[in-house]
Amino acid sequence: MTDVQLIELTVNGERHDLAIPPRRTLADVLRHDLGLTGTHVGCEHGICGACTVLVDGAPARACLLFAAQVENSAIRTVESLAGPDGELSDLQACFAEHHGLQCGFCTPGFLMLAEGFLAEEPDATREEIREVVASNLCRCTGYQTITDAVDDCASRRRAALQSALDSGVDTS
Amino acid sequence: MKPAAFAYHRASSVRDAVDLLGELADDDPKILAGGQSLVAMMNYRMSRPGHLVDITHVPGLAGIRRDGAGLRIGALTTHRAVEKADLGPDFRVLSDAMRWVGHLPIRTRGTVGGSIAHADATAEWCLLAVLLDAAVVCEGPAGRREIPARGFFLGPFTTALDADEVIVEIVFGRPAPRAAVTEYADRRGDFAIVAAGVDLDTGDVVLGGVGTTPVLVEDAGTQDEIADALELRDEPGVPASYRRDLVRTLVGRAREAASRL
Amino acid sequence: MSTFRGQCNEKYSQVAQPPGLRRDGTWVGASVPRREDPRLLTGRGRFVDDITLPRMLHAAFVRSTEAHAHLSGVDLSEVREVSGVVAAFDAADLALGDITALLERPAEQFTPTSMPVLAREKVRYAGEPVAIVLATDPYAAEDGVEAAVVEYEPLDPVVSEEAALAAAGPPVHDEAPGNVLVDVSLFATEGIDEVFTDAHTVVRVEAHTGRQNALPLETRGAVAEWDDRAEQLVVHTCTQVPHQVRTVLARCAGLDERQVRVLVPDMGGGFGQKCVVGREAIAAAAAARRLRRPVKWIEDRREALTASFLAREQHYTARAAFSGDGEILALDADVVCDMGAYSCYPFTAGIEPLMASAEMPSVYRVPSYRVRGRAVTTNKAPTAPYRGVSRPQYVMVMERLMERAARELGLDPLDVRRRNLITEFPYRGINEVTYDPGSYRESLDLCEQVLRDEGWLAHTEPGRIVGVGYACFSERTGYGSGAFAQRKMQVVPGFDLSQITMDLDGTVTVTTGTLSHGQSHETTFAQIVADRLGIGYDKVKIVQGDTDRITYGWGSFASRSVTIGGSAASAAAAKLGDQLRSLAAHLAEVDLDSTELDGRGGVRAGDRTLPFTELADVAYLRAHLLPKDVGPGLTATASFDVGGDGTFSNATHGCVVALDPGTGGVEILRYVCVEDCGVAIHPRVVEGQARGGIAQGIAGALFEEVVYDELGQPMAPSLMEYKVPTAAEIPDVRIEHLETPCAFTANGAKGAGEGGTIGAPAAVLNAVNHALRHTGVELDRTPIARAAVHEALKEAP
Repeated sequence: MTDVQLIELTVNGERHDLAIPPRRTLADVLRHDLGLTGTHVGCEHGICGACTVLVDGAPARACLLFAAQVENSAIRTVESLAGPDGELSDLQACFAEHHGLQCGFCTPGFLMLAEGFLAEEPDATREEIREVVASNLCRCTGYQTITDAVDDCASRRRAALQSALDSGVDTS
Repeated sequence: MKPAAFAYHRASSVRDAVDLLGELADDDPKILAGGQSLVAMMNYRMSRPGHLVDITHVPGLAGIRRDGAGLRIGALTTHRAVEKADLGPDFRVLSDAMRWVGHLPIRTRGTVGGSIAHADATAEWCLLAVLLDAAVVCEGPAGRREIPARGFFLGPFTTALDADEVIVEIVFGRPAPRAAVTEYADRRGDFAIVAAGVDLDTGDVVLGGVGTTPVLVEDAGTQDEIADALELRDEPGVPASYRRDLVRTLVGRAREAASRL
Repeated sequence: MSTFRGQCNEKYSQVAQPPGLRRDGTWVGASVPRREDPRLLTGRGRFVDDITLPRMLHAAFVRSTEAHAHLSGVDLSEVREVSGVVAAFDAADLALGDITALLERPAEQFTPTSMPVLAREKVRYAGEPVAIVLATDPYAAEDGVEAAVVEYEPLDPVVSEEAALAAAGPPVHDEAPGNVLVDVSLFATEGIDEVFTDAHTVVRVEAHTGRQNALPLETRGAVAEWDDRAEQLVVHTCTQVPHQVRTVLARCAGLDERQVRVLVPDMGGGFGQKCVVGREAIAAAAAARRLRRPVKWIEDRREALTASFLAREQHYTARAAFSGDGEILALDADVVCDMGAYSCYPFTAGIEPLMASAEMPSVYRVPSYRVRGRAVTTNKAPTAPYRGVSRPQYVMVMERLMERAARELGLDPLDVRRRNLITEFPYRGINEVTYDPGSYRESLDLCEQVLRDEGWLAHTEPGRIVGVGYACFSERTGYGSGAFAQRKMQVVPGFDLSQITMDLDGTVTVTTGTLSHGQSHETTFAQIVADRLGIGYDKVKIVQGDTDRITYGWGSFASRSVTIGGSAASAAAAKLGDQLRSLAAHLAEVDLDSTELDGRGGVRAGDRTLPFTELADVAYLRAHLLPKDVGPGLTATASFDVGGDGTFSNATHGCVVALDPGTGGVEILRYVCVEDCGVAIHPRVVEGQARGGIAQGIAGALFEEVVYDELGQPMAPSLMEYKVPTAAEIPDVRIEHLETPCAFTANGAKGAGEGGTIGAPAAVLNAVNHALRHTGVELDRTPIARAAVHEALKEAP
């Protein structure tokens, strides 16, 4: 049963045609078939969250999905966050400023978790953020600085939105 | 931790899925919905289906609607969708209970139907379906039938579903404005050591973690009476007396929470 | 470049800066942006599993299903028939030498045993590698593993310390019929028995600590290939000790050391689990050499949980004699460490009992001391050092003894500690260790003050019971050759060596034998070197983890990197600075004494300033201008070692818990850490080490345990059962810094890697016991069972 299956996968806005055995997980396809090694694999049973990516905007474990399942979905990985010139996104910059990473292995999973969550819940409180940060495992930081980073990013986004609204009011 | 090989089939409709289950019956087919338990078990090779029938692309299986029969939750509705839904006072116990289901990235993929079919005795959906006396609507070669949730869970990870049946939706017919679920685990997001659900209007109590299926206590007495009547065994790290006391505590707390609604 | 200065609470900071200490530079002491961050944040780091080579095969291991058995047959013929499988080898096929770690101790103290790369004749734990399968993808490799037929003749497994010492059944190793690999009795101060007989009060603690997994989030792994051009076996692997891997691999495979090159890519944590030499990477490398194809092995999480290196399963029987006013008079302890099936390289099975025995008196003036430390072997996965090594355990026992004495004597437990804390430095301990200056008393006072100021000492909660616990401890960091030699290791880690080279453009490259895997050395070492030379820290490149580029190095463990490696890098930079000055003096025709580094990338020589670029230009491109006795190039090498007893960081942790009587649930409400690691090179990194360490200590106190059943089968093969705490369980930690600079390391820094982990179990356990004080129950076993907490509260009056 080593039949391969032809699938079409959309990752970070780019379409890929792949011929893969159906048992290949999305995590393995991203990493080893597409060379997007920013998504890490830490447990392969959905607990650690290092492989968290966005599937149609929602954080999901790439180790618990077969690539064949998500043919018609938009996948986003950590490689999509920074600007084309490598400039860090606001979320990434907050992780750096708060020392929200040490070895960096869990970091892409936390970034995608936070990216998906904040898009849905921009007004999340620090306690709500902490509860979502509890979705993934980190062995280096003790989590506090990850929570701080996400919380700070949320505040900055709210402030930026407010100031855009304010300036919009001023001009109208 | 890579799964054993299988053949992949994408069902276009429930009927298609049922047909596939029939055709592939000799080679251990399995329905793939959210996959949040199944794929983990496959990665451990504790589950090794020969065929996966992916129903996640079947239209119309996700969603929550109301009709004369009550609240209907489609099998592919995610835990997260229920958590975010405004179900009103009659069924808010369902969305409130979702905070106990794993973590966000599990809730975004895990489905109501998948959870019921997997039949973990501490899973929130199994407890809720039994507590609220829901019906599991499934489709097989002979068409659709409704199985009462109270007769659905037969043993550890074993249900009344036939091998060629697919869960379509869960029907919650009876409003439960004064129902609540609470749990205890050492770590957030884990399967509970003990979970307790209560419905003050019916007097029913459902317990997870005290047997191989959700345990229903109809018209339940005091928390002491409920706890003392259970047959429990010592297990590593969890003495029977501790589990019994957790039942006492959690039924009490669920009742308090429900009485505040 | 923006810099973040460390945030220090003025009210509490007590910074003493001795004369001569260099903190005048731009970089040391500043929480500058980490050099590591941009690549790690954008998914452009390179971890071992990110490496793919042409024609690469994937390895998986056939592992023992029995905990203890004779191997009567290994049949791989079906494996080789599986689609995608290219080869499969057992021990006889690969014929590799064994891994043997030795102590130079007499036979009654140490029994040497060997660990084969693949099991031969006998298996000693469930999960032990028996054969390696090579396939074109990892899925097929696992298919191949399932086709192996292994025949066992099961033996009664030895699954507990008690069973090991009873030695009733077949021993784990025939060489050690009593299942004891290390047995040392040390110190035994003359007259200690009389001290106990005559003492006002004797308190006892019997403590058990659960077996733990260090659990780096990146599992172990390797990518190996034979490079014909270099005539080398090149191994990319995530190890804390690349030169140790080279040495052992060369020996096992019968290669010259020059024929092995070990490269360490980005590494997802180690915590000690990766500071010993594992067998799977050696088997994978041997297979790559044999097949002349690259081979990748990535440990999966089930293997990492059941078949890698574990730690921390210890049993203490301790008693302490006290005077009526709370002065400790004597300490007597028996420590048994369950080291599992094999002795790890290079530390041996002595790692835990020898650490506990040598350092148990901790931060207290203990006048009489006797200890027996034993390592027993059992049919469980073997052990390695894990962050803190025995110190989380013996500190827990010492702090329990202090609490118990206070309770018996009716004294304030903090006053009992204050009465006994070492306050005069240097202090020569009864354990023959000299403690350099620290802030033992000050950290305790400050920790209590913070908790009081925040209102926790009077805090109550409706329906829950609140307790406050403390832990005072110090942590020897920068173990040099002297300290390891004292342990009588045959292989003596200690020194570190750095080479620095300045290029034409005035930037420098510095090698280090230490190996960062989360600790930020690319940043902190650059800060140290930048200050020595007076250049930007972005002009310094740190090279680590390459045995071809770095002279024998010892890697990163035991909080040694900044103290020893950082000092070596600093010394190399200072030497280069001298070279630059000397060259400038020659070119400017002034005395050497009239030159100095100008702190801006140049040398002031008399009234001239010569930029480094101009000096480098001469050194490389116009060598005819060099002095006659000076060769071309700008490079210097320096080493650093600690001849004496090292330097001690210290801290006091304070923890506030709330217990839920209905469930036995334990919630940490507040955690305060007052730490002193001397001069912090990068305060934010130090805080990160403390917070992460505390999280691992809390994990051991409340959550994590590797459990085996009576047959020696591991009961926690997934992260569902092995409960690593999340952000929901780990509290925010307030950190306050004290600063007692080390007198003999560059920059006055002490190590900061392990302290958090060391203090947390004691602080949490003391807090729980404080909350239980009305019940008469005291708990001395970790992880703390919620059932036991519940039971204690249920029985309470």
